[in-house]
Formats: sequence, structure tokens, C-alpha cells
Amino acid sequence: MSHSRYADDTATCSIPTVTTTGGTVNASAPPAAGPATLTAKVTPHRNAYTPSMAPAWHRVAELSIRVTAMTSIAAIVLIFAFVAKEALPLFFSEHVHKEVTLGKMWTAQAWPGYDSPDYIWQPVSEIPKFGIWPLIIGTLKVSLVSMLVAVPLGVGAALYLSQYASRRTREIVKPAIELLAGIPSVVLGFFALMVMASWFQDLLGLESRLNAVVAGVALSFAIIPVIFTISEEAFGAVPRSYIEASTALGAARYQTVVRVLIPAASPGIAAAVALGLGRAVGETMVVLMASGNAAITSASFVDSARTLSATIAAELAEVVFGGAHYTVLFFLGTFLFVITFGINFIGDLAIRRMKRKLGVAQ
Amino acid sequence: MTVLQPSVFARKLRSRIGDGALLISCGAATLLVMIIMATIVIDVIHHGAPRLSWTFLSKAPEQGMTQGGVFPAIFGTVALVIMMTIAVVPAGVATAIYLHEYADRDSWLTRIIRVAVNNLAGVPSIVFGLFGLGFFIQFVGAGADRLFFSGHKVLGQPALLWAALTMAVLTLPVVIVTTEEALRAVPQELRAASLALGATKFQTIIKVVLPQATAGILTGTILAISRGAGEVAPILFTGAAYYLPQLPWHPQNQFMHLGYHVYVLATQSPDVDASKPLLYATVLVLLVVTFVLNLSAFVVRSRMRSRFAGGTS
Repeated sequence: MSHSRYADDTATCSIPTVTTTGGTVNASAPPAAGPATLTAKVTPHRNAYTPSMAPAWHRVAELSIRVTAMTSIAAIVLIFAFVAKEALPLFFSEHVHKEVTLGKMWTAQAWPGYDSPDYIWQPVSEIPKFGIWPLIIGTLKVSLVSMLVAVPLGVGAALYLSQYASRRTREIVKPAIELLAGIPSVVLGFFALMVMASWFQDLLGLESRLNAVVAGVALSFAIIPVIFTISEEAFGAVPRSYIEASTALGAARYQTVVRVLIPAASPGIAAAVALGLGRAVGETMVVLMASGNAAITSASFVDSARTLSATIAAELAEVVFGGAHYTVLFFLGTFLFVITFGINFIGDLAIRRMKRKLGVAQ
Repeated sequence: MTVLQPSVFARKLRSRIGDGALLISCGAATLLVMIIMATIVIDVIHHGAPRLSWTFLSKAPEQGMTQGGVFPAIFGTVALVIMMTIAVVPAGVATAIYLHEYADRDSWLTRIIRVAVNNLAGVPSIVFGLFGLGFFIQFVGAGADRLFFSGHKVLGQPALLWAALTMAVLTLPVVIVTTEEALRAVPQELRAASLALGATKFQTIIKVVLPQATAGILTGTILAISRGAGEVAPILFTGAAYYLPQLPWHPQNQFMHLGYHVYVLATQSPDVDASKPLLYATVLVLLVVTFVLNLSAFVVRSRMRSRFAGGTS
């Protein structure tokens, strides 16, 4: 069955067969002849406009709409193909293998001047070192901090707006959060670098001014709107009858929220968290400016950190085209693409599940 | 006479405490988000506004970015955004029309397009930068150079054109999603009426559906522009430059950009204290531009929604 918005545009104009039963309707028909059939053939007026007379460019335009609609598919395929293509030498090129192999990136290497094998990212030194773990740890640290801040704030604000806020409050808060979403990440990075970093240093007496906490908190500002918007939609999609039923059973409001509303909206909240995380892992400018960019393997959140995305942004401008470093940076890009693709895919599945569960039309 | 049971009393107390705690924590979360937002805006206005002047907006930077203005960066941003819009709006609107008016909602092709659009929206912006470099510059540009310019570097280098196209790919999902939302809001009866009058499907779309959806398309365009004006990561390697003596009048020129200007000035300035006032003023310009764009998108969209609120959906 077609779900096209147009019933059936190929149907031609035809008048259904008219069947009469006996002489009461059609006096001229012989009484004993049984059911007689009259078929009317409709010929369009000579000035009538028929689809076949539409200008030729309409067909061309329709065709180009269909072709253009494939742009998104082409884009996602090309993005993967061309970022991965530049990373391919890492797998096959002898020339690149002199400096780095995929295996060496992931395992501890014995470097001259170090006591024990270690994971080190130092691509621009006499002996280039491409250990990827410091970058992954940096990415995880910054993302974790940002999620710890953004999830409670985003979900909490969404809950407040959907359950408690007056119409007036909603009309102020919603546009404000949309504006927060519109703040360019470079501005958030700037704010973190210039203002927040000093506040945090004064407040906590930190050794390094720029660190994973500053970057993570600044990053959370970019993610709060994402989490807020999706969870607000999720809370809004929970049918009123659920809440009314719970209240009618004598549940207090917090019980309704905790036992009914949040479980019903949970796929939506999961989606919000997943899409927020996808954004956190991929966001570049904030961490580039505020994380301090030191690729060190440390468990401390107040140490300077370097993320995958910031590494690409900071280093690609100064590399030799096609060299080992260039190849590795494109590999990091491919890696980032695959991770965020996976996270967003999970988020998408969760959204679809929520819509099915709550019976919301697409 | 009923005596209030202690257990009932305890339960009531617990309910009140629970309700109060929930309300306070959610309210506090909302308040905190608003405070964060206000702090950023107030800080930028407080430090940036004193330096903002007509000279600042109309002059080029002077003396190592410690004097003068940001006109070339504004010009570059506007040029980038215009070229991006020319590329992204037709593509995005056509995709939305296809998805909503032509495609069979359950076909595998439609599903793949939707998955692609959703995932495109989630690709990290720095990966778009790599894509712009790998595809537009290294493949398309350098390929064209080999074909037409016998290997001279004409197209195969960072330029306004490539940055704009990269940004267009990045903003494509924004335009598609908002346009589709607008098409969805156009009452089905209008299509039926148009078809009943003998119009073809294409005529219906052009003459009836699209005019009704103009506001939505406008919203998508504005949001895309706002995004394009603010993103920096995709243009790092595809065309942005720190300082250029000339304005980018040709698509093959490199260009200055407000966001990139902020990034470089904040992280690589030789004299941070000297350039700080100008930096703040630049951030203010960028913030005002994106706020005005987002606010107008919000207004257009809410008007559109209230207009169709009475009709069937």
C-alpha cells in the first residue's frame, strides 16, 4: 500500500459503469432484457488541461528533485570514503610504516629515553610517537565531565518545564535555551579560556589553568540544549492519561514523576544522553581552546587534556601532505566518525523506540 | 471521629518532602541553565561593548590585531554564508520535497535517506573539515587542476568556495528537517483541492504547497546561516586565513572569518592583553549576529506554528 501523500496520480478520469435494474429507471429498455449497462465515455473539453500538456521542464524539475534528494546519502558516503581514503596508507604504505603502524598506535612502545614501554603522543619530535591512548583518555575525561554536568541540568530543566512551569516561564526559558544552542562553540571556548579558567583556578586552586574540568564544563553548555530539547519532547509525548491514572491512584507528584513519567519517557532520555554524548565526543572548538591540549596519560581531571578532535584541529595545518602524521590524523578523523556514527545510531534507535512505545506519529 | 494514623501522616510528610525536593532540584537546574546563559552574554557585552564602534565594524585590523577593526572578517563571514546558502537551500528544500511529497514513506530508499540525514547531523564538525580537505580540495580541486590547468595549483588549495561547500554539507540536515516540518504543516486539503482542480502534482507543489511553506523554509535558511556563521572547525583547513590584506572578491581567494578570528586571537595572539578588548568586541559581534539570526528564526517559526494551529495536521 502506497503511503504517498497523493492518492493515486496515475488514475485517469473515468466514469464508473452505471447499472440500471429494470424499466423503472430506464423506460426505453426492454422490460424483459434484464440488467442493462450504460457506459459513458468522457472526452475532455478541447481547452481542458491534462497532465500530459504540462511543460517539459516540469518533468526535468521533478527528476532533479529526485536526484537531489540523494545528496544526503552521497554526502555521508563521501565523508566516510574520503576521510578513510586519506587514512588508508596507515594500513598499506611501507613509507608510513617506517614511522607508525596501526598496532603500534594502540600498544605501549619502548621509546629511547624512557624507562619502560609507554603510550605517548608526540608526533612532532625527533622520533615521532603516535600512541593514541592519551588522546582517547583525554576525550573520555572531557566527555565524562560534560555529561555529568549536562545530563542533570538538561533533563532537570526539561522536567521542570514539562511539569511545573507556567506558560509564561516556558515562553521565557524555551527561547533562552534555543539561544544557548545558537552560541557558536568558538564563543564558548573563548569564554572558558578567558573567564571560566581563571574562576576555576581561583576557586579550586588548580595547578594547570586549562584542564579537563574547565573544558568539560564549557562543553556541557553546548550539550545542555541538545539534551534539554530531546528530553522535553520525550516528557511531552507521555500521554496525560498515564499521569492522571497515577494521580487518581493516590500517588504524590514526585511518585508519579519517578515511577510513571520518567520510565515512560526513558527511551527519549536515553536518546538525549546518546545524542549529547555524540556531540560531546565530536565537539572541537571548545576543547581545543579550553582543555590545555597536553597529551598526557593521567587519571586526574584537573590535569590538562588533549582530545581526538582537538588533536586534528591543532595539528593538521602543520603537517606534510601524505606523510605519516597526516595519515594518522585522518585515521583519528575516521575513528571519530565511526564512534559518533555508532553513538548517534543508538540514539536514533532509542528515539524510534520511544515514538513507537508512546504511539507518536512520525 | 477518625484519628490521623501515624503512617498516613508519615506518608503525607514524605510526599511533601519528595514533591518539594523534586520541584527545587528541577527548578534549580532550570535556573542554573539560565544563569549560565546570562553570565556568558553579560560578560561578553560588558567587556565587548565599550570597544564596539563604527570604526571597529568598518576598518581592517592594524598593528598586529591590537588596533583597527574586523571588517574583513565580517565580509568573509558574509561571503561564506551567502555562497553556502546558494548551495544548501536548493539541495535541502528539494530533499525535503522529495521526502514529504514524492517518496513512499516506508520504502527502503526513504529510510536510508532519513538515516543519512540524521547521521549527517551528528558528524563531528572537525570531520567535515577533513572531508572538505580530502574531497573538495584534494579530489575535486586538485583533479580539476590536473585536467584543466595542467597541474598548476588553481583550484586545489584552500578557498572560499571549498569552505562554503563544506559548510553547505554541514548545514544540509538543518534545512531538510525544518523544511520538512513546514511541509508537514501544510493542510492536506490544500493539496487535494489543487489536484481536484486539475493541477498536476508538480504544479500543486510549486503553486500551493511551497508558498504555504515559505516561512518554514525561511526558518531553515536562517538557522543554517546562523550555524554557518558560527562554526569554525570545518573551515580551519578549507579556506580561513588569519590575516589577509585584501577582501575575498573571488571564490578562489582565502578569507577571514569572525569565528576563526576569535579562535586565533584568543589562542595565538602574541600579546593577549593588548588584543583582549578587540577580541571581546569581535566575540560580541559574532554573538549578536547569531542571536539575531536565531531569534528571528524562532519568531518566524512560532508564527508559522500558530498560523496552522487551528487547521488539521
